[in-house]
Amino acid sequence: MVIEGVNLSKGGDRLSDLYKVAIVGSGPAGLSAAAHAAALGMSHVLLEKTDHLSDTIYKYQKGKHVMATPSNLVLRSDFDFDAGKRETILGTWDEQAAAQNVNVMMNAEVAKVEGDKGDFAITLKNGETVRAETIVLSIGTQGNPNMLRCPGADDPMIQYQLDDPGEYFDEHITVVGSGDAGIENALGLAADDAQRNVVTILNRRDSFARAKAANVTLLEEAEQEGRISVRRETSPAEVKNGELVLETRDGQETIPCNRIIARTGSQPPRGFVEAMGIEFTSEERSAFPKLTPAFETTKPGIHVIGALAGYPLIKHCMNQGYDVIEFLNGNEELKPADEPILAEKFGVLPGNHDVEYWLGVFGGNVSILEELSTLQLRELMLDSAVHAYEAGDVIFTRNAPGSSMFAIAEGSVAVEVNPDDPSITVPIEQGSIFGEVGLISGRRRGATIRAAEPVVAIELSRTAALKLIATSPGAARAVNRISVERQLLQMFGSGLTEEDVAPLVESSEVMDIRAGQVIIEEGADDKDIFIIRRGSMIVEKAIGGRPVFLSYLPAGSYVGEMAVIDGSARTATVKAAIKSEVIRLPGEGFMELMERNPRVREQALSDMANRREINAFIESRKDDFDGAVDMYSETASFLVDQGLGEATDVLLIDEKLCIGCDNCESACADAHEGLSRLDREAGKTYAHLHVPTSCRHCEHPHCMADCPPNAIKRGPDGEVFIDETCIGCGNCQRNCPYGVIRMDPKPPKKPSLFQWLLFGSGPGPGEASAKWRKTNGDPEQPKQAIKCDMCAGIKGGPACVRACPTGAAIRVSPDKFLTFTKITEDVE
Amino acid sequence: MASKPQNKFQQDEKRRDADHVSFLKHKNWRWLKIALVLCIVTGVGYALIDQEPRPNGGSWYGYTLGTIGVVLIIWLSLLGVRKRNISTGHWSLKAWTSAHVWLGLSLIVIGTLHTGFQIGWNVHTLAYVLMLLVIITGIYGVWAYATLPAELSSNRKELTRGEMIDALTAIDRQLDSAAQPLDRAQSDLVIAALDQDVFYGGAFGRLTGSYPGCATAKALKSMPAGGDEAEERVVTLLTRRSEQLAQIRRHLRIRALLEVWLFIHIPATIALIAALLAHVVSVFYYW
Repeated sequence: MVIEGVNLSKGGDRLSDLYKVAIVGSGPAGLSAAAHAAALGMSHVLLEKTDHLSDTIYKYQKGKHVMATPSNLVLRSDFDFDAGKRETILGTWDEQAAAQNVNVMMNAEVAKVEGDKGDFAITLKNGETVRAETIVLSIGTQGNPNMLRCPGADDPMIQYQLDDPGEYFDEHITVVGSGDAGIENALGLAADDAQRNVVTILNRRDSFARAKAANVTLLEEAEQEGRISVRRETSPAEVKNGELVLETRDGQETIPCNRIIARTGSQPPRGFVEAMGIEFTSEERSAFPKLTPAFETTKPGIHVIGALAGYPLIKHCMNQGYDVIEFLNGNEELKPADEPILAEKFGVLPGNHDVEYWLGVFGGNVSILEELSTLQLRELMLDSAVHAYEAGDVIFTRNAPGSSMFAIAEGSVAVEVNPDDPSITVPIEQGSIFGEVGLISGRRRGATIRAAEPVVAIELSRTAALKLIATSPGAARAVNRISVERQLLQMFGSGLTEEDVAPLVESSEVMDIRAGQVIIEEGADDKDIFIIRRGSMIVEKAIGGRPVFLSYLPAGSYVGEMAVIDGSARTATVKAAIKSEVIRLPGEGFMELMERNPRVREQALSDMANRREINAFIESRKDDFDGAVDMYSETASFLVDQGLGEATDVLLIDEKLCIGCDNCESACADAHEGLSRLDREAGKTYAHLHVPTSCRHCEHPHCMADCPPNAIKRGPDGEVFIDETCIGCGNCQRNCPYGVIRMDPKPPKKPSLFQWLLFGSGPGPGEASAKWRKTNGDPEQPKQAIKCDMCAGIKGGPACVRACPTGAAIRVSPDKFLTFTKITEDVE
Repeated sequence: MASKPQNKFQQDEKRRDADHVSFLKHKNWRWLKIALVLCIVTGVGYALIDQEPRPNGGSWYGYTLGTIGVVLIIWLSLLGVRKRNISTGHWSLKAWTSAHVWLGLSLIVIGTLHTGFQIGWNVHTLAYVLMLLVIITGIYGVWAYATLPAELSSNRKELTRGEMIDALTAIDRQLDSAAQPLDRAQSDLVIAALDQDVFYGGAFGRLTGSYPGCATAKALKSMPAGGDEAEERVVTLLTRRSEQLAQIRRHLRIRALLEVWLFIHIPATIALIAALLAHVVSVFYYW
């Protein structure tokens, strides 16, 4: 960022002032803090590195509708905020900042912080120093763009953002960076010949592997037409006035250059924060700073609020800005703004106790919550549910979908380990957890669980549980150990006890496996057994010198027992279909377990016999019908490549039957407010089996990874859906590797089918054209993310399948479909 | 987490494990079997029941056959509504199509027996002929649905319709700049190719795949072989353009063959229902 002088703040003689609080970053959190400090008459300064307030929202596209979730959270701030257009919100804040005498210092980027509570010295990039007793860090998580790593990197002709490519004429412009942002900027700059720009894009490597295929195609086309000069294996060596020296494969070269657009990613703020002496909860990339209930970090006097503290939503941020100033002002009695939400949540629990009481019980009784601070516990509870059960109540049933994890705060539960005989149960005691297998594997519940006595349980949503595991090493260890133990018990039936498997659990090891990584190599003579606890594997065998797909192993299955039981070399190769986790058990330990427990031996032998049979069948077919086996093997591999390995329910189209009527798309649109969630034509095809662009309902949905309002959930029938709290940020759309999420405003209601049939009113069945939706729709309707919800709640199930006239559209699960019979079935 | 009844899961599992078969074979040929039974029963009835004075639509057996026929025809025509009305419930359009095809075919037997083989120049025979027309076009439709989709899929090569047009637009852009150095006559050829509507050719061209006036083919033919560098580049691009056009045209042709019969099938059905109404009203009026 260019620093051009500093606005004179209203606080008088700045340099000698010792402010009570310096607030770094003027986003919603920082602004709200500064506003409250101003309201209390506390001496304060708000440091903003750019020349405008709230840069993250400032950078939203023009006219973007900003949402105000969660709607049940009250706003506690001296500034106003309500859902609306970006311009309105920024305008309101600018006005209120001026009217309420907030002391803002623009163009004040912090370079380093020294000193201790009571007297911090904050050095700015321009060399000035600001002194303050305490610091509130509200710098968000956007970070700073990476600078060019070459001499002249501070030259003013370098910019890190391109707002309007149409505003530059007759320039030599060089774009540095080979990601989508760089390519899109270059294409934008070269789009209109009338601008007469000479556009060059530099790529350090020889291919654009990080960018979307569509962007790369457009770039290559522009290169062929001579509109953009694409320099591969080239990086900037030195920025000079009006020139750029390039480091190419064949040596240095100088090109004319008036402007450089650097799009080489950004640096997360963690390093900067840690340099102040602030500790984070773990080494994980997703970790947040350790905080007290008053938002104070491990460095006394420095407080962290907002997105950097783990609260990405605007309302949370503004409330925390208010709260942190209250705390600094000595108000220790202040209850967080979420108090009423928690009170309502805990209202279902027996005994009419207050929030404090229950937080105490949870923190005290549940072992995995021991390490959490009150603030973390509160936050965890916001994403969780609490339940009270009577003795005998079913908590969840076998095969119900569910990726939440339960913790028993009071009472105990009974696990029905034998699906055929509910009377055989295993207890789980107070303080322990259950449901962790569903959380880790992303698959359905393995057993029915009942309350054995009156139970108070916490249900941690998948997001909350993953956050807990990432932030609390103790919780992570406990969950890990319990899950290995339970997985063993579940797999080998009711005959075993915890003591039986304890030695095996001790010697087990959890391993992360990359997609494509081999865990068992055909012909090798190692003897380990692997339990797939997350992801999935494929089994291949080399027949006639080529790998032939034998079978698909979902999470929850185990592999490798043959070599242990009969001492033979590995008969097939097992490799990960997608990123997976396996539990490795030493073969000897498993042998011992089998020797002591004849039932385990029996089961292992029968599993082995089944597997042998399938392998033998396919091998025998290979001799008779070479074509069918090749077809099966190649089709199965193709489907795994298309993401079936992580799918739970996926739409396939048999193009030997598909007449292209698009009735599936029409039906989808008509079943869901008029927008289709599938694109039949798009997607890959192999041997007439087509995988359209449509949600696969992944075991571990990529779309859930970064949803600020946690609006993406798994529904009661296993569907992954987006609820109405979606703020339209588009993170899920970017995170989905299959491109199945679209962003669109909810369309207006259409006239009924019969009005169309009889009077021709409205656009007819299916998705209305964009034009019709625009002219008839509400222009204020915000864009939200929409995707397949598997027609949840619609009697009859998925409309796409029901509406296919020829039977081309089917929805399958990989474990049912990736078999020889299904794939080689003769459809006609 | 509320407890969920097992049966919804079992329903879903059944769906996920569902047959992967065409509408013809649906549920192990269920509707073919039903249609055959219907034909055999009505046929045997026709042969065995002594109709006085002769087999005729006006005997009690004739009325029975006529009623079965009219009910079937009305129900079969409702497929068009079923297809567009995405209501809730456990219906499957594939099952409807399957029943539509096989029961529709059984109408050949039922309708013919209903006539008692009495054909004449009257509204009754008109209804019969229209019914046969509908069925014959329907047979073509079944043939088309069973054989053409694989061809459509192979031709598409994973491109969507939009992408095919985009690919053509991309070639056109390159062709436009590549043709700049050409002389007047050659430029005109390229311009004519670029200006021609992608979808030119009308219904005949679309169905037959014959486009004698294709400006791209003409330009390609008129460009000299072994010309200079610019000409060679234009020839390459024109070749790519004609290949891309051919893919689009094949796609249009197969789609047209898949749909053309409906232009007879549907209007003939409407006409059949009108003729049927006249037939039924006149029969009862002159009873």
